[in-house]
Amino acid sequence: MHLTPSGLAVPGPSRRTLLRGVGGAAALGAGVPLLSACGGSGSSAGDSKTVTLGSNASDAVPKKAFAEIYAAFKKQSGITVDVNTKDHNTFQEQINTYLQGTPDDVFHWFAGYRMQFFAEKGLANPIDDVWDKIGGNFPEAMKKLSQGADGKFYFVPLYTYPWALFYRKSVFAEKGYEVPTTWDQLIALCKQMEKDKLVPIAFGDKDAWPAMGTFDQLNFRTNGYDFHVELMAGKASWTDAKVRKVFDLWAELLPYHQEGAVGRTWQDAAQTLASKKAGMYLLGTFVGQQFTNKDDLDDLDFFAFPEIDPAYGQDTVEAPTDGFMMSKSPKNKAGAVKLMEFLGTPEAEQIYLKADPNVVAASTKADISSYTPMQKKAYEMISGAKTLTQFMDRDSRPDFTSTVMQPALQKFIRDPKGIDSLLSSIERQKKTIFAS
Amino acid sequence: MTTTPTESPEAATPPPGSGPAAKTAKAAKVPRGHRRLLTRRDRLTLGLMAGLPTILHVALVWVTAFASIALAFTTWDGIGFDSIKWVGFDNFKELFTNNPQFWPAVEHNIIWFVALILIPTPLGLFLAVQLDKQIRFSRVYQTAFFLPVVMSLAVIGFVWQLIYNPDTGLINSLIGANEPGHYIDWIGDPDLNLWAILIAASWRHAGYMMILYLAGLKGVDPSLREASALDGANEWQTFKNVIFPTLRPTNTVVLVVTIIEALRAFDLVFVFNKGAEGTELLSILVTNNIIGESSRIGYGSAIAVVLLVISLVVIIPYLIATFRKERRA
Repeated sequence: MHLTPSGLAVPGPSRRTLLRGVGGAAALGAGVPLLSACGGSGSSAGDSKTVTLGSNASDAVPKKAFAEIYAAFKKQSGITVDVNTKDHNTFQEQINTYLQGTPDDVFHWFAGYRMQFFAEKGLANPIDDVWDKIGGNFPEAMKKLSQGADGKFYFVPLYTYPWALFYRKSVFAEKGYEVPTTWDQLIALCKQMEKDKLVPIAFGDKDAWPAMGTFDQLNFRTNGYDFHVELMAGKASWTDAKVRKVFDLWAELLPYHQEGAVGRTWQDAAQTLASKKAGMYLLGTFVGQQFTNKDDLDDLDFFAFPEIDPAYGQDTVEAPTDGFMMSKSPKNKAGAVKLMEFLGTPEAEQIYLKADPNVVAASTKADISSYTPMQKKAYEMISGAKTLTQFMDRDSRPDFTSTVMQPALQKFIRDPKGIDSLLSSIERQKKTIFAS
Repeated sequence: MTTTPTESPEAATPPPGSGPAAKTAKAAKVPRGHRRLLTRRDRLTLGLMAGLPTILHVALVWVTAFASIALAFTTWDGIGFDSIKWVGFDNFKELFTNNPQFWPAVEHNIIWFVALILIPTPLGLFLAVQLDKQIRFSRVYQTAFFLPVVMSLAVIGFVWQLIYNPDTGLINSLIGANEPGHYIDWIGDPDLNLWAILIAASWRHAGYMMILYLAGLKGVDPSLREASALDGANEWQTFKNVIFPTLRPTNTVVLVVTIIEALRAFDLVFVFNKGAEGTELLSILVTNNIIGESSRIGYGSAIAVVLLVISLVVIIPYLIATFRKERRA
């Protein structure tokens, strides 16, 4: 600090230059949010040869795969895709503010309730015209996933992947295990694995979402797709005897799960399957990312969660689907429509799949000849499904799943006895959240 | 930044006769004498210097605080201002009666404070007293103990995760508790995880307290020690009756710092297990409800208001005591 009387010239920064600095810093501070708000879209406003796209594909592999799709699109249409990539989780967390600000013309998002929510809030553009062209590429279940509550289309799916029970073929062959197709067989297999000193079902719920996958499987196998949807939409009651039955079944299966699940990440749990210490693992096909050894990955296989109620069999598959939506007022609508049409073609999907072998194309027209055996199986499972679900946090309100269900399920996993009070607590909290 | 504008007005208007150097400089530069001490430009400068920080302060502290209090009585999903709905005390009712995580969170914040006061603070004082004895390699020890304070809490959380990981962590591997049937789940078990994190937090806090006390001890007059030594007091008696009482100002700082640390505890836990059962904290509940897709902004604000009230309950008596002392002085 230069404590000099007014007007005295001193070497070094004077008060005024200091002030200028302060002013400059303040101006900069005010400018930063403006700059970030324009991010990626400001430079190309109104340019008919450019479409802006907000991407959550921050990992190297998908990022490169998407870049190849956009390069192919440019070759075909002459329109440049200006990609604005954000960290995957940040993108998801900021989606509300992002869509209300100046979003890019097209953005990455998920199918199902999470898409319908923004459609209903008027933050997305209906794209029925796109679907007139690409409709033939997709099966009925995918069409249903792409529609808002008003029946209009808002979403173009790109890829999908199933949740299932994963196991190692060599372990099953060596011990003579059979793939279980009913609940009793599953329990019997778990008992046998325990005798053979294996952890029957690997489990890690530190991230709080994997348990939601287990609940989904148990619920739609026990009570069917329709009840599952009603429950997720907040219409059915969590104190219903049907829900209680799901938790009773879960409590029966829980002792065969890996201990200490709440402190374990899904990656660590996957390692127990990879190292043949665990027999099975209920997860999405992305579990393959943890099998870094090629031989181990080839040894990995999966089967659909066994039947619980014969009335529903195994007809529902949990297949989270990722794709694209158009923001409410795109700067280059014609270009955005063209891009969405391209993204809905089998070509675009195949470019993506080449880079990420853990997922399958959402379109039934995509060429499956280059699929790995696991991709083929996943493809058959999804295309053979009568109904598709997304995942609890995509099928229900994210505020409900993240603030109520995640802690509740962690509590249940640790202490399955207090289920009645837990369910009535969930129901009470659900009522307030869904009422707002 | 903040000291600049508050101190400069004094600098700009030196009282008459504030030293010969200032006088001659003024005489040379401002020939009209002291009729106009401030030029228009100076006034503008001053206005900006006082105004800008005021605007920033009001906008960033008061407006946001009051907005948050107002939002606590509404429900809002963060999309468009017209979706804000007034709900009165519903958020608080819901919070106090229906939220299974709220009371544990309050409890954990209190435990956090008590634990920090009881364990790392005396430990920090002990370390400071030892290091104050001019032992060899004092600087090395100081650096070692202070290092955790310099590191980001997120990094600390990550490091301790490697120690507590139930399958591959250091502790369980050493004591063989990573086999089925022997599991000790340091991160997930609600009877253990809070204490596990508190050890990590204490490890860091002790270094912080050590530096504060070390600075306090450097300020203790050596003649006091000499006098008590002459009176025949042993080391413990000297510390208890002479040194510790002179550390009173440091103790106040330590208390305030510890309260702040306990109330703002967040990052370590968030990295450790995202505030799962057993480690819920108010700050984490606020984040979970407001940030992210959940966007229960009204409800989250209600939790933030509770946190604010707790902070005020702690801080106001302290401020009153401080001001009273200043007035007396």
